[in-house]
Amino acid sequence: MEEDFDTAGVKKKFMFVNSKAPYGTIYALEVLEMIMISAAFEQHAVIAFIDDGVFQIKKDQETSGVNMKNFSPTYRALEGYEVEKVYAEKESLEARGLSEEDLVIPVEILSAAEISELMDTQDMIVSF
Amino acid sequence: MKFGIQVNEGPFTHQASDSAYHFVKAAIEKGHEVMRVFFYYDGVNNANKLSAPQADDRNLVKMWGELAAEHNIDLVVCVAAALRRGIKDEILAEGFRISGLGQLIELGMAADRTLVFGD
Repeated sequence: MEEDFDTAGVKKKFMFVNSKAPYGTIYALEVLEMIMISAAFEQHAVIAFIDDGVFQIKKDQETSGVNMKNFSPTYRALEGYEVEKVYAEKESLEARGLSEEDLVIPVEILSAAEISELMDTQDMIVSF
Repeated sequence: MKFGIQVNEGPFTHQASDSAYHFVKAAIEKGHEVMRVFFYYDGVNNANKLSAPQADDRNLVKMWGELAAEHNIDLVVCVAAALRRGIKDEILAEGFRISGLGQLIELGMAADRTLVFGD
């Protein structure tokens, strides 16, 4: 049943939407793995952090108390993975008392309405 | 239409795998093509042949395998997610194969629509 799809020359717009806090569930970590793999396929990739997902990129995470690996430095490596743009949602940051200076990577801040418009322009949205 | 499917939850705690199964079945009945079903996160547990639900309950592991055999559907389990959860070739149910995340990205590239089932 295994088949190779003909994807020669295909370049689609992928958007990875992170909406979960980083350590209570595994979603954030496994999305990150997905983003890094997708880079090998040379697609257009953007990432958005919304809701509790904005905590994934908060500076100064100290995880030894919960015996989890702090994977937030990995987000800084994303530049090398040809991720075109990283967005964070304005309302989500504000509701959690966060601003751009609290984040481990530079982001473009968009309102919920703008993120929604951006979603409309994507080919594939992977959302967690 | 050519569909790609991603299943992100296991077969018992969450409805996602049931919903995906019924979607795939209905899509094929309507004449669409399902290019691949990709199992990620706890979705890899859908491929555990050791799972033994009670006799009066549905057995999604078996149902996926039967659907795949009937309609020649490619059922792919993510290797990184699978190994974390102890899903290895030794306990892989009929109809599934283990491969890399690249198979999901490739699916997204090739399919007209990719649907994600999970939270």
